[in-house]
Amino acid sequence: MRRNGHFLGAALAVMLFGMAQPAMAQSEIKIGEINSYSLLPAFTEPYRKGWQLAVDEVNAAGGIDGKKLVVVSKDDGGKPADALTAANELVSSEKVAMLTGTFLSNIGLAVSDFAKQNKVFFLAAEPLTDAVTWAKGNRYTFRLRPSNYMQAAMLVEEAVKLPAKRWATIAPNYEYGQSAVAVFKKLMSEKRPDIQWVDEQWPPQGKIDAGPVVQAVAAANPEAILNVTFGADLVKLVREGNTRGLFKDRAVVSFLTGEPEYLDPLKDETPAGWIVTGYPWYDVKMPEHAAFLKAYQAKYNDYPRLGSIVGYQTIKAAAAILAKAKSEDPEKLIAAAEGLSVPSPFGEITFRKIDHQSTLGAFVGKTALKDGKGVMVDSVYRKGADYLPSDAEVAKLRPAE
Amino acid sequence: MAFYVVQFLTGLASAASLFLVASGLSIIFGVTRIVNFAHGAFYMLGAYVAFTLTERFSGAIGFWGGVVAAALIVAALGVLVEMVLLRRIYHAPELFQLLATFGLTLMVEDLVVLIWGPSDLLGRRAPGFKGAVDFFGQNVPSYDLFLIGLGPVVLGALWLIFQRTRWGVLVRAATQDRDMVAALGVNQKWLFTSVFALGVFLAAVGGALQIPRDAVHHAMDLRIIVDVFVVVVIGGLGSIIGAFVAAVLVSELNAFGILIFPKISIILLFLVMAAVLIVRPWGLFGKPEVTARRTPGLTVNPWRPLSSKGRLAAVTALLLAATLPLFAGNYALTVGSEIAIFVIFAASLHFMMSVGGLASFGHAAYFGLGAYGVAFLAKMAGLPMITCLLLGPALALAGAALFGFFAVQLSGVYFAMLTLAFAQIVWSIAFQWVEVTGGDNGILGVWPEKWAASPSHFYWLAIGVAALAVAVLRNIVFSPFGYALRATRDSPRRSDAIGIDGKLIQWTAFVIAGTFAGIAGALFAYLKGSVFPDSLGISLSVDALVMVLLGGVETVSGAVVGAIVYKALSIFLVSQTDLSKLILGGVIVLVVIALPKGIVGVLETIRQRRRPRPEPPLLASRIGTAE
Repeated sequence: MRRNGHFLGAALAVMLFGMAQPAMAQSEIKIGEINSYSLLPAFTEPYRKGWQLAVDEVNAAGGIDGKKLVVVSKDDGGKPADALTAANELVSSEKVAMLTGTFLSNIGLAVSDFAKQNKVFFLAAEPLTDAVTWAKGNRYTFRLRPSNYMQAAMLVEEAVKLPAKRWATIAPNYEYGQSAVAVFKKLMSEKRPDIQWVDEQWPPQGKIDAGPVVQAVAAANPEAILNVTFGADLVKLVREGNTRGLFKDRAVVSFLTGEPEYLDPLKDETPAGWIVTGYPWYDVKMPEHAAFLKAYQAKYNDYPRLGSIVGYQTIKAAAAILAKAKSEDPEKLIAAAEGLSVPSPFGEITFRKIDHQSTLGAFVGKTALKDGKGVMVDSVYRKGADYLPSDAEVAKLRPAE
Repeated sequence: MAFYVVQFLTGLASAASLFLVASGLSIIFGVTRIVNFAHGAFYMLGAYVAFTLTERFSGAIGFWGGVVAAALIVAALGVLVEMVLLRRIYHAPELFQLLATFGLTLMVEDLVVLIWGPSDLLGRRAPGFKGAVDFFGQNVPSYDLFLIGLGPVVLGALWLIFQRTRWGVLVRAATQDRDMVAALGVNQKWLFTSVFALGVFLAAVGGALQIPRDAVHHAMDLRIIVDVFVVVVIGGLGSIIGAFVAAVLVSELNAFGILIFPKISIILLFLVMAAVLIVRPWGLFGKPEVTARRTPGLTVNPWRPLSSKGRLAAVTALLLAATLPLFAGNYALTVGSEIAIFVIFAASLHFMMSVGGLASFGHAAYFGLGAYGVAFLAKMAGLPMITCLLLGPALALAGAALFGFFAVQLSGVYFAMLTLAFAQIVWSIAFQWVEVTGGDNGILGVWPEKWAASPSHFYWLAIGVAALAVAVLRNIVFSPFGYALRATRDSPRRSDAIGIDGKLIQWTAFVIAGTFAGIAGALFAYLKGSVFPDSLGISLSVDALVMVLLGGVETVSGAVVGAIVYKALSIFLVSQTDLSKLILGGVIVLVVIALPKGIVGVLETIRQRRRPRPEPPLLASRIGTAE
């Protein structure tokens, strides 16, 4: 019985090979897209709707140089190794012009390294880690969303105005949480040397035991709290915190909490007055956004989440890059993307030449409770370009080509 | 002082939640010996159904009625699963039921998203328990107090049922000796079904009661399943009091541990389990497992080395596989390489499981150690690829030697759970030691050198190593060492009596299996060009188990086929459909029903039947009932 398996393997491989055949028609341009659809549906479903809307719009406007835009989408299940299998399929079998997508930081990094090795253009949509554009940046990789650093800088700008001197932090125990806390602490302490960091809690991502964590933070008696947890962890934390009075008379600064993906599940338990980054779709004044919102609601009869914006803008930006390059050659795509300015629902954004980070920004505002639902109020759009370190510093952060 | 009391109470509330779910798992395992991987799925379903019911019917009656009704509905579902699926496979080889429940879990994860949507859901707070009670200036949620009260009540109720009712007596008897209970004329079918229903009911209540504290979402099952297994094992399998004490122990250690080490939660559970199992091999309240009354040897078709015809077929198959690069594209070749790597990985676990009788739940540790070994050598020492491939698995060997020494002192599920604990400890080191391992952002840029970089060259390398690995493992099976290992598996006492040092033999087998897993991991690092902590993770260990079980545990090389089928199918489904988990889970469940000995196991049985036999049929009557 030993190697009969290999025969089966060969047969299956032939089958796989056969499946991936439809050769690229000359009248199409394909973009490969990878995301954690099965692991993080709360974010990726609106994201998918966003990019599908963008594809429709691009093709309705005549496609790219008369060619139809096609997005081939794959699920990575939240595993870097599976994302690489998908990337391989997209590049080798589907012959896509570029790769886009990814949510988790480690997957973003894995695909960016694949892009570097195989000389493929990669537009990272969502992964927040600073490493994507800085410490582990490479010339094939660009990123759309404001990085960890940028969001921290936006929050710090508000946080330094608080009188609080005693701070505690609660963050999920993995790279995202660790670097968010590290950047926040660094920037805060630079501007406010008088601040004391009195406690830090590191619950495992997705497995917070909220009661003891809330109790431990309360025992340190901080005047303000930095929160980095999100998703189901945030729900548990908020519920325990509300019941135990943790947030009473304390300022809270919180990453991502204003995004509808994470704010809406809190419903009537939404704590008021948290300083957050997010996306108040009901309160965005830009005319570009009004057009996006109308189109989105007409197509889906649902309101957009931040994921919808990310998905929409990723494909819009990718189409703009392809249109400008007039080629699928990665070198030409890089040349086209560097310094390229494209319209977005939040106004014009630019892909910086120096580190390939886009200048897409985020909204900073406060949480409030309205009609039994959580909303963001007093929100202001912060342009990404204003929250990045100087070019000299960035040059030091990025490895030399 | 008040703070410590409140922190203690908070720990107790966490313990109560954990205990409800764990008690159900413990009862099911104690009687049916099923490692019910789907327990988390039932917990999650309990939460989802209760969410729907409590949203529909408001008020105190609506809420509490909804919780109970949800648990009853899910328990009915459990009964259905037991009667339709599990009943068919009580006679299958050990752990085969794990495969069935794993398939179910996959299906449920996709189903809840289809039914309830992708967003996290926030349920109502419990009427009457919405606020907090003031305790010397500290707030204690009244719902916590309710849970703290509920834990002992459930414990007491279970104790009464088991001690004071006839049904309870039968269950306890079955926990001790199922064969004897069967011999005394007890209808086992209904005993098992009712026990399963009770266990599922407890899981669903546990899930439903989380609504006021948690968000309801599609990953709840995986969040709890490993934790409750650990709690059950720390307490001692089948011991309800043990589960209670263990739940309190780990919850309190966590509540106070995070005051000193805020990062401890990620690994605490596994540290406690490893420590407990090393000191008390059967958990805190468990008893040594009664040696099952089975006559192995009779249950297995006798293994033989391949005949010359078989050898020819195997070589032909290998040569055919080697021609793949002539007509397939780069993607197919990369998938082929990945499959070949998983053939090595599954074969190494299979060697330990079926030849050694040692089922590991943490085999990914050695796969991942091999991968990290390569990454360290290539990135830090800058060694050439061949050297890295040869030396990288040494890290896996070292890990297997260290952990194996402790693990082989145990047996059965305790052995499996100790290997899981070790794997989680290694995982958390890789995850937390950011300076060396890069944490969860991993180590990038481990690409093969030029000579192996093209997909076809790498493919040939991978299938070459895979063929060699499988051949070597087979040769070990039929070597004197292999016979000694099988003797230890089948009859520890007899083999001891003829002078075989069982523990040493098993330890050696553990190291061999770990090293081969490390070889697979080393190749995997180069295939992917990067290494992440999830190559040490639980889901990879489970994948390996599934491959072995799918192929057939009572065969010599079933894992080869299991790995090819499972890996190819899952890559294909993930690529082609959005509901890959639902379909993959469904296929696994179907395979379980249709081929209860695994794919190769059933093929061999058919071949055996066709062959004219000099002896009477070996499998005519199986001894035991639900072995």
